[in-house]
Amino acid sequence: MNKYQVVTTISYPKPGANGKTGNWRIFKPILDKQKCVKCLRCWIFCPETAIKRNKDDTIDIDYDYCKGCGICAKECTVKAITMEREGKQQ
Amino acid sequence: MAIKDMPTEECMLPGNASCPGCPATMALRIVLKALGKNTVMTVPACCTAVIESLYPNTSFDVPVMNIAFEAAAAGASGIEAALRQLGQKDTTVLAWAGDGGTYDIGLQALSGALERGTNFIYICYNNQIYSNTGIQRSGATPYAAWTTTTVGGKTEFRKEMGDIIRAHHIPYSAQTCISYPEDLYAKVKKAKDIHGPKYIEILAPCPPGWRFSMDKTVEMGRLAVETGAWTMYECENDIMTFNGKSKLILDKKIEKKPLEEWIKLQGRFSHLFKPKRDEEKLKLMQQHIDQIWERYRKCP
Repeated sequence: MNKYQVVTTISYPKPGANGKTGNWRIFKPILDKQKCVKCLRCWIFCPETAIKRNKDDTIDIDYDYCKGCGICAKECTVKAITMEREGKQQ
Repeated sequence: MAIKDMPTEECMLPGNASCPGCPATMALRIVLKALGKNTVMTVPACCTAVIESLYPNTSFDVPVMNIAFEAAAAGASGIEAALRQLGQKDTTVLAWAGDGGTYDIGLQALSGALERGTNFIYICYNNQIYSNTGIQRSGATPYAAWTTTTVGGKTEFRKEMGDIIRAHHIPYSAQTCISYPEDLYAKVKKAKDIHGPKYIEILAPCPPGWRFSMDKTVEMGRLAVETGAWTMYECENDIMTFNGKSKLILDKKIEKKPLEEWIKLQGRFSHLFKPKRDEEKLKLMQQHIDQIWERYRKCP
């Protein structure tokens, strides 16, 4: 297949193709692991693939790429995710 | 299929160029979960062409061919023919277009591909506007909706794409909504195993285009189905079956919510409420929805 030189412009898959989109965020989702019932609704509805599903169905939020839309907090059935303003003093 | 049973494999990579709360990436993620990595996509000019992000990187972990606005289905036909010649029968060909590229500009290429019986899946994610170019009116925009080209509200009703598709008598066509991921996943999975042309339309509420807050994407889709403004059905060999809430509404097991509940949350309809309530237009819109449901009940 290497007989001909590839001259077309081909893009290759890479996470963060548009940079670290986490810096677009104004509100940050905070997960309360005690309240989580592992229904995975946040995982399936995350438009950014920023919620990682672990083997035991617990979730982790990838703050490098989370754009802070708040869909996970809105769709959480037990209100385990809350949105906090970015840069707020703890 | 429960959410827990869906595969963890991701073909949509994080860090793409979509707006926060984008329904297109949400839908495409679930679609690619159902189809798997052995898929080739054609994408015409639409939001998704931008979401792929900048050269030399891309956010999609499947082969994608970017193609002219009107040619999504034509390009998919070519890819399908090439794969057939190469003997790659397992590969799924997916044409992924917005409502502008389906209802208006891509209609003849789509109609041609359906008529030729091309073995591919055509998915239209319908956000009822040309959102990529800056919120212009499309054939899918509902009556009275504000867009940048219909400043006082659209004066025509939207066309019924589902009826046009069903007139081609293809093996499978379906309508669904991003708010019901199980339904969407099941429909794509079903379409994958059917030979011939398949058409699926997904309602995708667009936060900047419809003028609502970005965390309400899923809620908007759910309300559209519950008020009857959007219908979830599948049509297999000309036999229509309604799914989920739409089936309950059709069988009159639940009453559909008043249309006003859906439109009052969207900024694009705000001119109907302030400075003065436009009773005439609100009544006309509700009547139109009622008529559609009457028609479904008479001849499904």
